[in-house]
Amino acid sequence: MTMDNAKVLEQLQGEFADAIIEDVDFRGDLKIVVSLEKLHDIMLYLHDDKTLHYDLLSDVVGIDKMPREPRFEVVYILHSMDDFRRLLVKVMVPEDVAVPTVTDIWKSADWPEREVYDLMGISFSGHPNLRRILMWDDFDGHPLRKDFPLRGKDFDEKWDPDTIQVL
Amino acid sequence: MAEGKLLTINMGPHHPATHGVLRLVLELDGETIVKVTPHIGHLHRGIEKIAESMNYQQVIPLTDRLDYTAATLCNMGYCTAVEKLLGIEIPKRAQYIRVIMGELARIMGHHLWIGSHALDIGAMTVVFYTFRDREMIMNMTEEVSGYRLTPSYLRVGGVAKDITPNFIKFLREFIKWFPTAVDGYNTLLTDNIIWRKRTMGIGKISAEDAINYGLTGPSLRGSGVAYDIRKAMPYSGYEDFDFKVPVGDNGDVYDRYLVRMEEFTQSLNIIEQALENLPEGPVNVDNPLITNPDLTDVQEDISALIRRFKIQAQGPQVPEGEIYHSVEGSKGELGFYLVGDGTENPYRMKVRSPCFILVSALEKMMKGHMLADAISVIGSIDIVLGEIDR
Repeated sequence: MTMDNAKVLEQLQGEFADAIIEDVDFRGDLKIVVSLEKLHDIMLYLHDDKTLHYDLLSDVVGIDKMPREPRFEVVYILHSMDDFRRLLVKVMVPEDVAVPTVTDIWKSADWPEREVYDLMGISFSGHPNLRRILMWDDFDGHPLRKDFPLRGKDFDEKWDPDTIQVL
Repeated sequence: MAEGKLLTINMGPHHPATHGVLRLVLELDGETIVKVTPHIGHLHRGIEKIAESMNYQQVIPLTDRLDYTAATLCNMGYCTAVEKLLGIEIPKRAQYIRVIMGELARIMGHHLWIGSHALDIGAMTVVFYTFRDREMIMNMTEEVSGYRLTPSYLRVGGVAKDITPNFIKFLREFIKWFPTAVDGYNTLLTDNIIWRKRTMGIGKISAEDAINYGLTGPSLRGSGVAYDIRKAMPYSGYEDFDFKVPVGDNGDVYDRYLVRMEEFTQSLNIIEQALENLPEGPVNVDNPLITNPDLTDVQEDISALIRRFKIQAQGPQVPEGEIYHSVEGSKGELGFYLVGDGTENPYRMKVRSPCFILVSALEKMMKGHMLADAISVIGSIDIVLGEIDR
């Protein structure tokens, strides 16, 4: 049975009425914004439910919307192998708050969550192996944050052109 | 299993069979692999961070450097993603040219895969034949775009320029020649007893596990799941073409090999159809905010000059919004998550790299096999470190 975006949304709203904060249908893809507390329950439901059955987690994306509160957004990209549907699940994350991991549902969440932790500095509670992945272990900072200088911390310091000394 | 101390060995980052700068820490019990810890990031260039400071057209050469064995497919992923965010549809002719160039790139990527995969396992002959044919595609790419490996041929809103009669001549010769070449690769490997013994039953992964571990592309199709984005969510006119999605049964190295070998034929099939049905018309979208005016117009018309200057300096203005768009890269689902904020720079660009996820599943596929089989497993998932590390 093929499901379209409206049907998926209808079923989700029936199940988690107050946890779905917002829903957007933009350029053919459905995106739902869910509350952080209910995230793990919703993800488990999306994976286990027979009609929805989103069995492929393609990626986890971290977004930094700096001056805004809550500061971060984490987006999960889900696909169903039954009829190749796509669903984007977004959650708003304040700074220094951990997101519950979904590695117990999809094994493929392991490295993407590590990457979000490494480059964006969002931590995932319950993750089995939350270490840096692309940057080296003693690297200072999270490069994809908007307040991280483009050329790296070493390059953006102000220096005096006459003495070639860092001010 | 023998009682004894485990031996830890370091494979890579400078190991020819890791296809780049991948480092694996292998724990061995005798010759059997007990634990695999991949270490990546040696080639991390921060493409996602750099993209945030560039305009939408300037990002295209960066995407070439993701999967540099099939660069046009990365261009395709990025350009179609930006077009989806802009909400524009490009002319049919541009779509078909993109398909032709993309499928040629896919064949090029598979050439490098089968050549180096066979070389790693010990079949040295294949690489010479595949590189001979890869050269033909490189010459064609050079004829149409001016570059060989990283062509940056696609643009947001179309392609850089129309294809030439010379290119069509080369392509027709190639279409005539290539089935013979594929037969040649098959003769060398498919029924080769050594090849079969090295690949059959190695690196097995069931369909359910493969999905759960996030495998995509030929590696997933080898396990029997027909997830091909060209069919599942058609883009760039793929719905017009008639082609098959080959799938395997066992999900081992040999089945992944068979799937990719069949993709040679299917890609050629698509190219043939696209060339025969290539419509006439412009190769860029007719949108004054995105497409450069002709150089002849620029010389005669001041407003065209201003427009060209503005487009070159700023690139297209992209509306506020967030989209995810994925295409079938030569390794799997190559996706772009783009956040536009109404300016000329992407607010955030996230690349969903298929190889990144494939490497994370290496342990699942390698555990319990011999050290020598680690090489065939790495070869079978066809990784490119430029895409893993970004």
